[in-house]
Amino acid sequence: MISILKKRSDIILLLVFAAVVASGPVLFQPIGAGYPDLLQKFAIFGIFAIGFNILFGLTGYLSFGHAAFLGVGSYTAVWTFKLLSMNPIPALILAVIAGGLFSLLIGWVSMRRSGIYFSILTLAFAQMSYNLAYSVLTPITNGETGLQLAQSDPRVLDVAFGRDYGAVLPTPDLFGINLSGYPGYYFCGALLIVCFYISIRIFRSPFGMMLRAVKSNQNRMNYTGLNTRPYALAAFVISGMFAGLAGGLLAVTDPLAGAERMQWTASGEIVLMTILGGSGTLLGPVIGAGVIKYFENIFSAFNENILLNMFSFFPEPLQHAAAWVAGLFVGEGWHLTLGALFMIIVIFLPGGLMEGAHKIINLFRRKTDSDGPQKSADSAPAPAE
Amino acid sequence: MSILSVQNVNKRFGGLKALDNVNLEVEEGTVHAIIGPNGAGKSTLLNCFIGKLEPDTGSVTFANKSLLGIKPYEINQLGVSRVFQTPEIFADLSLVDNVMIPAFAKRDGAFKVNWWNTVGDEKDIRAKAMDMLQDLGLADKSSEIAGQLSRGDKRRLELAMCLVQDPQLLLLDEPTAGMARADTNNTIDLLKTISKRNITMVVIEHDMHVVFSLADKISVLAQGTVIAEDVPQNIKGNAKVQEAYLGGAHL
Repeated sequence: MISILKKRSDIILLLVFAAVVASGPVLFQPIGAGYPDLLQKFAIFGIFAIGFNILFGLTGYLSFGHAAFLGVGSYTAVWTFKLLSMNPIPALILAVIAGGLFSLLIGWVSMRRSGIYFSILTLAFAQMSYNLAYSVLTPITNGETGLQLAQSDPRVLDVAFGRDYGAVLPTPDLFGINLSGYPGYYFCGALLIVCFYISIRIFRSPFGMMLRAVKSNQNRMNYTGLNTRPYALAAFVISGMFAGLAGGLLAVTDPLAGAERMQWTASGEIVLMTILGGSGTLLGPVIGAGVIKYFENIFSAFNENILLNMFSFFPEPLQHAAAWVAGLFVGEGWHLTLGALFMIIVIFLPGGLMEGAHKIINLFRRKTDSDGPQKSADSAPAPAE
Repeated sequence: MSILSVQNVNKRFGGLKALDNVNLEVEEGTVHAIIGPNGAGKSTLLNCFIGKLEPDTGSVTFANKSLLGIKPYEINQLGVSRVFQTPEIFADLSLVDNVMIPAFAKRDGAFKVNWWNTVGDEKDIRAKAMDMLQDLGLADKSSEIAGQLSRGDKRRLELAMCLVQDPQLLLLDEPTAGMARADTNNTIDLLKTISKRNITMVVIEHDMHVVFSLADKISVLAQGTVIAEDVPQNIKGNAKVQEAYLGGAHL
């Protein structure tokens, strides 16, 4: 019974998730996030965070270098646009493969160590990749300027199928649908739903159970006949593939790739997203990604005039003082807001926003339960059948 | 027939000779205890069975296969399970998950990406795990988180995790270390029941009470060599053994 219930609740979770993604433009309108550019970022970084969570949330391996795979995905996608076709499908397939191969390489070396040494190794590899992309590999990455499309690109597949973009710079399109704006969002959103589904399957599977065991006690695993390394490496590669996909999507919605995408701040950002939302939970990382991207876009857009308007109910000297203080936390200083938020979350809700949500739900349940007989469906031992 | 055979094993740590030409034969289906004063080399010897240490010379074979030079998980896959001095469990998983993991390891081998099934679909494994928890009196706690158990229950859980794999050989490293007398007696009873399943057990132990109530055969280790090997009644009266224990001021 319990297992059927669990499955049904997962189906409901997936359906609700899909409904939220589908109604994103309407749903996020009231908070000023209903425009395609930001929605695309929600979806893309949601995918990135879901993948990162499979590694960090389940196995506990904290990678500080996942932006490298994001960057590799972007470069691969842009090169596929240039060489093969402006259709995003080959670009994304190759971005996922490149992310997977690159993470296999880095994971193979880094996973020889665990804990802080693993984190440092991944950080070192990512910085190395960044520097390679920025300078050494300029013929491939176009260095500082970033890799861009050109009208003269070969695009062999497009040529073979007789697709001619004429004298304008082509943009990625899915069989004639231009992937900027809302179509781009729905394209990313559909992939986000697929990724979320894969994540549910992994979380509920025996494989996911093994990944949790890696986090819990590797010594016991070894003496239980399980080889821990391929499990941890598999999680690393899966998360690398998700990152490759996210990187590819960044290139699909905006076809250029720059080295700064691989910088350590980008690697740190994905860690923040996952922890802020709640690592090891299904929804948390997606929410964390959304919150951080929202803050980045909304708070960084605030300027002094908006602040002065906001505090216009104060007498004038106070209005300026308040605007000055608030000004520290917005615009260029939005990271300060993020930092403060992050500190509050880590101190009061170590389980992230999802823990906060659970606390609120439990509070609500307890209130309704006191009216009727107590339901203990969650804590009842599962029958053996 | 001997299932575990240790022949001429030597192990040096720098200037210290930890194991000095140790020979040991463990008969199938028996409980074989290895006792000895502190620093006698008991743990070193055990670590040579499970892939943690490599002896300098000599051989360790289990069911005619050498245990040397292979990894702990490979040794487990041959049919050797191990209980630790401090119970090693998956502390943040539920009890039933703790027991399902070894059951998966037994069925699927050392590595398998089984991601399309849900854990709930694996009814056989789940039933096996629940049966084992039932046998060890933990069924009513099956959905609790393992880290919250008492020390005695953790030991039971660890035994359940080993037994669900139907091991041919069970290695126990001081299974009652740090337990209260009541818990110790419970554990002895438990181990006696387990030994009736015809599982060969090697017990490393400090506590004479435990050893004499469990073992079919006892090997006494002192300063890295086996000084006596016999049935419990005879070990009690053995002069060399008394010398080793009394002379070492360990009563």
